[in-house]
Amino acid sequence: MNENQANDLKRFLLKFGHLFGLFIAMAIICLPGFWIVLSSLRPTVEIMAKPPVWIPQSLSFDAYIAMFSGVGQGGIPVLDYFRNSIVISVTSTVIALTIGMAGGYAFARYQFRGKTAIFLGFMLTRTVPGIALSLPLFFVFAKLGIIDTHFGLIIAYVALNVPFTVWLIDGFFRQVPRDLAEAAQIDGCTRWQAFWQVEFPLARSGIASAGIFAFLISWNEFALASQLTRSTNSKTLPVGLLDYTSEFTIDWRGMCALAVVMIIPALTLTFIVQKHLVSGLTSGAVKG
Amino acid sequence: MATVSLKNLVKKYGHLEVVHAINLDVEDREFVALVGPSGCGKSTTLRMIAGLEAISGGHIHIGDREVNNLPPRQRNISMVFQSYALYPHMTVAENMGFSLKIAGRSQNDIASAVAEAAKTLGLEELLERRPSQLSGGQRQRVAMGRAIVRNPDVFLFDEPLSNLDAKLRMQMRTEIKKLHAKVQSTVIYVTHDQVEAMTLADRIVIMRDGHIEQVGAPEEVFRRPASRFVAGFIGSPTMNLHNAAVGSGKLVFANGDTLPLPQQFRDRVTEGQKVTFGLRPDDVYPAGHGIHSGEAAEVHTVEVPVSLTEPLGNETLVFAEFAGQDWISRMLNPKALRMGERIKLSFDLSQSHLFDAATEKSLRG
Repeated sequence: MNENQANDLKRFLLKFGHLFGLFIAMAIICLPGFWIVLSSLRPTVEIMAKPPVWIPQSLSFDAYIAMFSGVGQGGIPVLDYFRNSIVISVTSTVIALTIGMAGGYAFARYQFRGKTAIFLGFMLTRTVPGIALSLPLFFVFAKLGIIDTHFGLIIAYVALNVPFTVWLIDGFFRQVPRDLAEAAQIDGCTRWQAFWQVEFPLARSGIASAGIFAFLISWNEFALASQLTRSTNSKTLPVGLLDYTSEFTIDWRGMCALAVVMIIPALTLTFIVQKHLVSGLTSGAVKG
Repeated sequence: MATVSLKNLVKKYGHLEVVHAINLDVEDREFVALVGPSGCGKSTTLRMIAGLEAISGGHIHIGDREVNNLPPRQRNISMVFQSYALYPHMTVAENMGFSLKIAGRSQNDIASAVAEAAKTLGLEELLERRPSQLSGGQRQRVAMGRAIVRNPDVFLFDEPLSNLDAKLRMQMRTEIKKLHAKVQSTVIYVTHDQVEAMTLADRIVIMRDGHIEQVGAPEEVFRRPASRFVAGFIGSPTMNLHNAAVGSGKLVFANGDTLPLPQQFRDRVTEGQKVTFGLRPDDVYPAGHGIHSGEAAEVHTVEVPVSLTEPLGNETLVFAEFAGQDWISRMLNPKALRMGERIKLSFDLSQSHLFDAATEKSLRG
């Protein structure tokens, strides 16, 4: 075998190894999701079977039908939960993004006293686990009378998300060259116009990703929500999963079905925003 | 079109003063280059004129308007940035028409203004492209197009050619000069490259450490530098500058070698005065190979060893050792020289400069 063929073979093997590695990694990531979808369609006997039944014998949408059939027929108030989740997640995301944009811009563009300390402080808040916050928050919220309200949970989620959105958006504004806003001002823009016409469009992908993250954190959050919500007034979907547990049994199939209902909007939103996440938009602004 | 005038302009960052009360009057349609080493305050001065940097003291007038506290958009200026600062999310046409769009002009107005500027700069083919699809030179041209579309009172250029390679830089230099001839506007051009300043400007402002060292036409700052700094900064290769003392009608160098005191300085120096002697490489030459071969009035010739040669084709730069230091000389109609070879080196003293060692100011009248 000459050197060229040897090299070709080496490249082929490398490529194969690469793809195989990726396949394994993807399988590990996707399998739990796939198992949830599958479990939502199978009878409980099959889900609990030992050894596991790999190939489903029968599939049905019974769990989904039951879920929406109302109390008494195995149903839960899924539409209420869904509405609560949407209202709370969207509102808290919008607020966190607005504050995050203002804060991120300020951190990226301006010098002020205590900048580093504040930034570090923001990061430190992220080290506190949600569950540790839930009890103190519960006391405070109980005193304020905002337990079991949308407002209470929105406040909690905004506080949870703001440090993160500020941090992420700061990074994206940093990547937009200062010269651009200055050029825009010379071209006749006010500071405000320069921001909306030039800097915002260029940081949009970053703001979109910050938005997605904030939304997903709010959408999936369980620890705080389980303490701060009580009833269909404010219970979100993750808390709703608990409806499938009773004193002696857990309805795994129903729980999986609700999990799928939860995953679908999050997945859809991610797909919609994904195209805005394409970065590299700023290339060509300055020399290169 | 307008004049620009700076009066006692000061810039401070906290307690650090970086521009010290400078005064400058730029005439209507004049091309003025601010030149100096990095950190001399030239870019800061330009940014103050643009309104991108607040001023700490003094006054700026554009035309008869005082613009001290006006935001950039009210100064009717255009600026070309070193980084070009093209808007990456807009096409070339949108980039160029952006200022008119902000000003609320009609689509037709914008289109025709952009088309005209594109024609001037040869950008017609590129109007639908994005900045990322352009080469460095093309981006530079779009940046200039964006500047001329506005029809501003004053053009400000901030090291516009620094990011281009040497060949393209020369080409764009010519284009900027042509452009100025065509649009006939007031231009303030910042550069650290003295060749750019010399070739483009009507007048050159040489800055150093936040002060203006000298203002003058290119010929003037080259021929009659006001200080040792200007003498060393302007001209390529740089002027030979060596310290000496005046002693009984001679210039005595550190190692005891002497040159006759040039005629024009006889009455301007005192015995024992410490000075810096300056002579351009054009005015030091191997005997018979100079610009003024023979006929110049005040030529002094010494025999010295060659320490290095740099052949450039039509001429050779010869480094020769005299007074314990290397002197750069320009050899026209070059012939081959060996290192260490002893040659006759002619000093045309009529072209020489003397600077006071302490004040660094020129001793010429």
